[in-house]
Amino acid sequence: MKINKILIIALLMLASAAMGQKYVTKTGSIKFFSDAPMEKIEAYNNQVNAALDTETGDLVFKVLMKSFTFEKALMQEHFNENYVESDKFPNATFVGKITNAGEIGFQKGGTFDAQVEGKLTIHGVTRSVKELGSLTVSDGKILTTSVFPIKLSDYEIKIPKTVASNISESVEITVEVSLAILNQ
Amino acid sequence: MRKRLFSVWLAFLLTSGSIFAQDLMDMLGENEAPVVDYTRGTFKTTRIVIGQSIETPPKGNMIFIVTHHFGKLNSGYENLFGLNQAYIRLGVEYGITDWLGIGLGINTYKITWDGFLKARILRQSTGARRMPLSMNLFASMAVKTNKWDDPDRTNYASSRFSYAFQLQIARKFGKWVSLQLMPELVHKNLVKSAKDKNDIFALGAGGRVKVSNRVSINAEYHYVFPGQIHEKVYGSFSFGIDIETGGHVFQIFLTNSIGEIEEYFIPETTGSWLNGDIFLGFNITRIFTIVKPKLP
Repeated sequence: MKINKILIIALLMLASAAMGQKYVTKTGSIKFFSDAPMEKIEAYNNQVNAALDTETGDLVFKVLMKSFTFEKALMQEHFNENYVESDKFPNATFVGKITNAGEIGFQKGGTFDAQVEGKLTIHGVTRSVKELGSLTVSDGKILTTSVFPIKLSDYEIKIPKTVASNISESVEITVEVSLAILNQ
Repeated sequence: MRKRLFSVWLAFLLTSGSIFAQDLMDMLGENEAPVVDYTRGTFKTTRIVIGQSIETPPKGNMIFIVTHHFGKLNSGYENLFGLNQAYIRLGVEYGITDWLGIGLGINTYKITWDGFLKARILRQSTGARRMPLSMNLFASMAVKTNKWDDPDRTNYASSRFSYAFQLQIARKFGKWVSLQLMPELVHKNLVKSAKDKNDIFALGAGGRVKVSNRVSINAEYHYVFPGQIHEKVYGSFSFGIDIETGGHVFQIFLTNSIGEIEEYFIPETTGSWLNGDIFLGFNITRIFTIVKPKLP
């Protein structure tokens, strides 16, 4: 009985310690770029939700697919209707961790390489990913950037043969998110 | 007992990492401000089959649309079952804003020019504002410039004009089904006989069922209320298939109407499906971005 009490107290202490400083944003930006022989397609989303817990290194992203803006309205419609099916799968999410959070000087500031690992969900398909990024820490703000490719077929996004020369099978994702300290 | 409790704690501690990440995710959900989510793609293009759909060109976009009706299917081998004839309309449409579209067209049928305005007054939406329906006002004018039917009488320039007005009410029922209802009015400055009304009231209905992301089956019917037209006319009924490729939409259909604009196909459909007065036709729609939206 005694041990149980001690355990509970220890756990509570641990939990509160784990509630480190949180950084959040609602206006992060994600760009994607498809470089196919016939057509280059770019889309921007600057309403990306993201949060980082500096203590645990936990990092999450939530992207409303409908917020991607394209150069051509028709592309935007096809993107939502035919490819990512955003009525069915409104959000893309990432739930993961900065695995080398211990090496990053969240207190002293500077630019650091970050190793990020976690689960990326697009079009209802979840896959484990491991990417590199960079973190720039300066008073109360953390800028996270990362560039990585994703394969559309990994997320069951089907490209019909007729437009195969217009849409690249591998799309480059550029993440640029500036997180601000959350005052609790 | 103690052992079991301990293992529960241990399991909890081990999984806590991901639990905290999930907490962070839930926090994001709380912070999200609701936005108005407008329903897109009620129809694939600005036509259901032969008539106007609720869709307007997006802001800064131009649509080029070629409409083609062949001749009557029952016109026999000497006419190659209608393939020997063609009624064509070439049209352009432009989105001044996302809620106002304008259009201009030239028809080979009676050498008619037509122009129209299409204004969205309600847009179906969810999220911060819920609206179950989309609604448009459609107003069009047609000027026929062929030779006078009766050159011996006094013909006025105004006699060349006719007009069509529609209140378009549409709803997209999920991904697969969209329906549209159109109370409509056609006004003709000149009618064939004194027994004909100048204002012709009708009710149109149309819809589509998608069979895949890029293909849908569409149908459209216009019911003309009786007692307005002396000549025997039929309701215009058309059905067909929409095929969307990258930048084009192809619509291939069968109809009993020659006319390609509301002024003609609503009150002047003399063909009957049962008699085989059926026209094979197609629309080819191509969209161009004229003014690019500002990207960050």
